[in-house]
Amino acid sequence: MGALVGMVQAGIVAVASLSVVGYGIAAIGPGLGIGFLVGKAVESMARQPETAGVIRTNMFIGIGFVEALALFGFVLAFIAK
Amino acid sequence: MIGLIFARAGFKAPTTQDFVWPCIGPHLSIFGANACINKEVLLMFLAGLIVVVLFIGAFRKPKLVPTGLQNFMEVVVDFVQNGIVLEVVGRQGLPYVPYLTTLFFFVFVGNVFGIIPGLQFPVNSRMAMPLFLALLSWVLFNVAGVRRHGWGGYTKMVLFPSGVPWPMYILVTPIEFVSTIIVRPITLSVRLLANMIAGHLLLTIFFVGTAYLLQPSITSLFAVASFTLGTILVAFELFVAGLQAYIFTILTAVYLAGALSMEH
Repeated sequence: MGALVGMVQAGIVAVASLSVVGYGIAAIGPGLGIGFLVGKAVESMARQPETAGVIRTNMFIGIGFVEALALFGFVLAFIAK
Repeated sequence: MIGLIFARAGFKAPTTQDFVWPCIGPHLSIFGANACINKEVLLMFLAGLIVVVLFIGAFRKPKLVPTGLQNFMEVVVDFVQNGIVLEVVGRQGLPYVPYLTTLFFFVFVGNVFGIIPGLQFPVNSRMAMPLFLALLSWVLFNVAGVRRHGWGGYTKMVLFPSGVPWPMYILVTPIEFVSTIIVRPITLSVRLLANMIAGHLLLTIFFVGTAYLLQPSITSLFAVASFTLGTILVAFELFVAGLQAYIFTILTAVYLAGALSMEH
């Protein structure tokens, strides 16, 4: 009986960890996205420093959109247990 | 045996239950929902009070050459007006500067509560706050669009963008409806919420971990590392608080610009 309870507990912990692993996988895409986005923005700012203000604003808008995807995964990892 | 391996012996990791505060004083039941005053509500009032006091204190008797508090608050207003509104919306967005400034400052104060010693709870890490603010922004940009273009003009602009061959509207109209009307307030609020939850959990886990590692003295070396990283993360959370307030405000401005623009 005790062993059974232990196995069930281990199973619950394993499932909870699985959602965390899922979030880790889900973070790859937005991570790549923000990497490309900021890299390109810095590149353009280095090429044309006089447009840095506009580029920085648009960079943050883009980061906001991309980041939302990763954060959906984060919230769902808590909700789906 | 497996259970022993998985059990974290004695260490209680922080969970989302740490965001639920007990009631202070009486609580009412409104349509089955539990309404009462707790730490979250008190901090929300405190954030509102700080915003009101700072703005009234700075601009009640404005001087031509600003000093002290007025100087600081003028930097905030100038940042929102020149850095966000004029750059994203243009001159037609100037009537919305007061709302966006208040929004920026309120979100920032609410976020910064997460790292102020003694308070240490970000107000925006409960869904009610960011969702209400996002719905306010949603009403704002829709009303602005309707007032600018009329019901028919605004609906046509949002749902039937020009320059699309008409059979494509079968595909485009539902997508535009979902992305503009439904998804916008959700992403706006979830972005702020999840950032604040993540930041608070991160700080909690490092400082709870520090306390836990100090107890058997053999691991106190790791406690030093945990404490150091936690302290660095406090500075990082200050950066995140400002960044999230900025992103919340700038996205509201972007939605406003989309509703106010003539062509889509």
